[in-house]
This record gives sequence, structure tokens and C-alpha cells, in this order.
Amino acid sequence: MISVQTEDFDPGEELERLRSGLAGRAGAVVSFTGLVRDLNQGDAIARLTLEHYPGMTEKALAGIEAEAMQRWELIDSIIIHRVGPLSPNDRIVFVAVASAHRKAAFRACEFMIDTLKTRAPFWKKEATADGARWVTPTEDSPSPGQPG
Amino acid sequence: MVQLRYFASLRETLGLGDEAIALPEAVGTVAGLQRWLQERGEPWREALADDRLLVAVNQQVSDPQAVINDGDEIAWFPPVTGG
Repeated sequence: MISVQTEDFDPGEELERLRSGLAGRAGAVVSFTGLVRDLNQGDAIARLTLEHYPGMTEKALAGIEAEAMQRWELIDSIIIHRVGPLSPNDRIVFVAVASAHRKAAFRACEFMIDTLKTRAPFWKKEATADGARWVTPTEDSPSPGQPG
Repeated sequence: MVQLRYFASLRETLGLGDEAIALPEAVGTVAGLQRWLQERGEPWREALADDRLLVAVNQQVSDPQAVINDGDEIAWFPPVTGG
């Protein structure tokens, strides 16, 4: 399930909805919730605004989900990403996967969030005391944007 | 016609998020279209010279050599920072 939305989400509700559809086939559910931090590159962040490319975003997320489903034989998965204005401590992204075994679930969840960061067309603009600035990719999450 | 789209810092620099243009006859690739846009002068010339920019054709990440056809949607944007 893919969702790009401005409104908040409830990780507990999402996990329960995922679990209730598994019909006993899964032995493991792993999830990741990303939050807005109040500090970036040494500066206090007052606010974050997320822009995206409607249409391409959903395709990119569906592609990441399909790739993970195939590589780890997942039973089900969820990707939710928020857009628009956000504040520190807000939830920004949610990834959950269900699999027969935990190793596949851990690996698939990590793959999905890591790949999302380099391949899905989202851009963060942060408001600091010195004004607004576009976030640039960090060393540990390069942004080649390449398919495959 | 082709649909052109610009996102994030590039959209702000250009002061434009999207436009529709008639595909110039001499233009056959992404790189060719990019050069044609740069001939508009500033801020296009410098903004589109940034080699970190990514390009998508019909909402798929593509490359400068990609062929473009009438009806295509071509988008330029800086490296992505979601998650």
C-alpha cells in the first residue's frame, strides 16, 4: 500500500491493518517511522516543507515496493510519506513489511527506506533562524536517482 | 507539444513550475532540449548547467541521451531528499 499525504498517520493503526490481513501467513512484521529532527547541519530547524512530484512519486514508491516484494517474498507492505509543512517531532515517513521470517522483514524494511531516500522525488526545505534553505543529500545517503 | 516541469530549488530559481512548449524541430534528445532552454539566457543558462540535476522523461529517471517525442513530459530537479 502506497500513500503520499499531507495528514498525519497512526503507526499503531497501520500495523494493525497490516496484521489483520495476513491470515496467519507471516511470522514477522518490521516497521520504520521517520521523524522530523529539530537540528540539521548544526542549525535549529523551526519548520520543514516537503515538495514532491505528483504522479512520479507514487510510481517510484510502487516500484520500490514491488522490488522489495519480489526480492524478499514479502506478504504485504506499506509506504506512507507526508508532504507539505511539518514541524520537529512530526512523523514524516512510515515503512512496514510483513514476511514469513524476521531476517527478510528487517532487510526488506531497510532496503525500502534507504531506496526511498535516493529514488523517490521528494525535496525538503527547512526554515532556520537564518532563513529557508533546500536540504542537500548527505554523504551517507547519496542521491544518484538512478533506476535499478 | 511537450510538458516541461521544474521542481524544488530549480523551480524557485526559474520562477516557473511547469510549461507546455511546441517541441522545436531541431531537438531530439533531453540534452538537446536542455541546450535549447539554456538559449533563453539567464536564469536558464546557469540553472540548467548544474550537473547535479536529474531528469525524468514521462516520470521515469532518464539521461541526457534519451530521445524525446511529442507528447512527452520532461522534468528537471535537484537530487532528492525525502525520507
